[in-house]
Amino acid sequence: MPVVTETLDALKSVTQSGYKWGWETDIEMDLAPKGLNEGTIRLISARKEEPEWLLAWRLKAYAAWQQMQEPHWARVEHAPIDYQDLHYYAAPKKKSGPKSLDEVDPELLRTYEKLGIPLKERAILAGVDPASIEGGSQVAVDAVFDSVSVATTFRETLQKAGVIFCPISEAVRDYPELVQQYLGSVVPVSDNFFAALNSAVFTDGSFVYVPKGVRCPMELSTYFRINARSTGQFERTLIIADAGSYVSYLEGCTAPMRDENQLHAAVVELIAHDDAQIKYSTVQNWYPGDAEGRGGIYNFVTKRGACRGARSKISWTQVETGSAITWKYPSCVLLGDDSVGEFYSVAVTNNCQQADTGTKMIHIGRNTKSTIVSKGISAGRSNNTYRGLVRVLPKATGARNYTQCDSLLIGDQCGAHTVPYIESRNPTAKVEHEATTSKIADDQLFYCRQRGLSEEDAVNLIVNGFCKEVLKELPIEFAVEAQKLLAVSLEGSVG
Amino acid sequence: MLEIRGLSAAIEDKPILQGIDLTVPQGEVHAIMGPNGSGKSTLAYVLSGREDYVVTGGSVMFDGRDLLAMAPEERAAAGVFLAFQYPVELPGVGNANFLRTALNALRRSRGEGELDAVQFLKMARAETRRLAMPDDMLRRNVNVGFSGGEKKRNEVLQMAILRPRLAILDETDSGLDIDALKIVADGVNALRGPEFSALIITHYQRLLDHIVPDRVHVLSDGRIIRSGGPELAHELEAKGYADMVAEAV
Repeated sequence: MPVVTETLDALKSVTQSGYKWGWETDIEMDLAPKGLNEGTIRLISARKEEPEWLLAWRLKAYAAWQQMQEPHWARVEHAPIDYQDLHYYAAPKKKSGPKSLDEVDPELLRTYEKLGIPLKERAILAGVDPASIEGGSQVAVDAVFDSVSVATTFRETLQKAGVIFCPISEAVRDYPELVQQYLGSVVPVSDNFFAALNSAVFTDGSFVYVPKGVRCPMELSTYFRINARSTGQFERTLIIADAGSYVSYLEGCTAPMRDENQLHAAVVELIAHDDAQIKYSTVQNWYPGDAEGRGGIYNFVTKRGACRGARSKISWTQVETGSAITWKYPSCVLLGDDSVGEFYSVAVTNNCQQADTGTKMIHIGRNTKSTIVSKGISAGRSNNTYRGLVRVLPKATGARNYTQCDSLLIGDQCGAHTVPYIESRNPTAKVEHEATTSKIADDQLFYCRQRGLSEEDAVNLIVNGFCKEVLKELPIEFAVEAQKLLAVSLEGSVG
Repeated sequence: MLEIRGLSAAIEDKPILQGIDLTVPQGEVHAIMGPNGSGKSTLAYVLSGREDYVVTGGSVMFDGRDLLAMAPEERAAAGVFLAFQYPVELPGVGNANFLRTALNALRRSRGEGELDAVQFLKMARAETRRLAMPDDMLRRNVNVGFSGGEKKRNEVLQMAILRPRLAILDETDSGLDIDALKIVADGVNALRGPEFSALIITHYQRLLDHIVPDRVHVLSDGRIIRSGGPELAHELEAKGYADMVAEAV
């Protein structure tokens, strides 16, 4: 079995060669002391000059969290997390707004550059007046650096269309009635351990509101980056698509390389009203730890969308290549009649990474439809689990689900697991589940190599082919990025 | 340019090749004929570097380099191309993308510039047309859902695009109707010239009516028992393998 032996050899020889996002930015930080108690929450709320109702909401979440146990049903293992040994607030120190790029902290600019954000947008992100920058762009960016949203580009252009895209802390200030109405309405404060924690201590994130009948004129994009040492990142994203509107949103994530594990517990809530459509794409590349499993991000995220309106549609597309541990189930609650939920996922694990990811599709309205396409790729000693729930409630007459779970194994020390839960309480529902597990065959590799491809290029080509159905769901400029990321993540998985 | 000396090879401890001596000078096309199980495909795989085969003796020099010491992709870069007897399917991988990736890998290793998608497609379309193949051949996934004949034609298309210095055709004619056989033959003949050599492995003489070889070698039990000009193929067709093997013993 040449592939297997070579994989083993490669694993022995390979160190973490791939993570090129592992720099640390040296910027003056405003850091809360370590530890979590009511005082921490009051401090966060005060720093962000929040209204009383939000503080009360946070404290309610904190009280709920204290009664909850860390969940351990997922197929992942980790040392106990000391929640008192984390900083819950870290922000770059604010200076007054720069007039041009020359006045911007060059470290911050370099960070944006490494993130691949175009120059114009870098300038805007750094707070330079957009009016002084020539030219336009197709993508609006919000960058969350540790806990604070640094800037949002193209907000004005979006405002002309009536679209609100801003840090959630600003939305709390400027659009309190919208935030109060929707925050926690999809993921309640006591939903689960990590969601409760997030609700208590979230520091920033993005807020999007697309008004009735508006098609958002550009892709909205957020970059999340954990930088400071021993910080947890708890961002909160809230996206509301009002009746008949459309929005496509992309998040990208990176973090420095560190020996210690860093906690990331985000909550994303999506709300789609009648005939509205939300397309949410994630390219997640948090630091996965080194080849021996030291360091890396614990990515414990709650993502849920509510298709509240008739004929509404929410699509989740995710390419997950990073994190030491991924615990993530982007879900759709299909309330509106004829509403549609989609989940397209590529999850790659290499070395010692663990991923337990999937989706939940809750069919409540009539003729609701859901599609799940999950592609898991395991290499090294990693473990990759698809966990999915399709639940059809009694009133969901005519509900349909199609699930396809494919696993690709590289080497013989990794694991792929598929855990589908199907609960149907309506006899008219149709639920289909297909699953395959395959290995990259020796004859496929030899065929590619005979044509001149290196073994690594051959694996990339085969893996990209395997993921094609999902990658084509990504906005084109990000699909290219995602392909490169797959290549980097699997570097050294065969020799 | 290809010099095989005393080549022996085994698969899972079972000896298949038992001392092959064969020289293919630059610009020549040689045919290897032989009954099933004589070691024809093993020879093709050993020359192209398939790992399941263990070389137990002998040497292979290609352009003065030790071919057996090279990885499969290095052999490809040096100009060795194998048209597979059973081409492999690559689900989700577009034929054009596959070929461009391969061609650019070869060009890189030779220090030539890469072709962008537009340049490549222009060239690839010209080749598909020349080989009378449908345009969608490039759009489809590599060999997925191809008929037997289409797979073989796809191998010839790849050969035409990658322009090898030594092409090894492993029973490319098997399962082809006469029209497809002509297309394959035209593909090989179009490449013939002072820079191109080929080793055509076949069970039957009929392909050699269309690609006339410079030399014909008969393989039996892992050894070459006779070599001759193109007329040897006709003699073989008339006599059958059994008689020729009996004569040689």
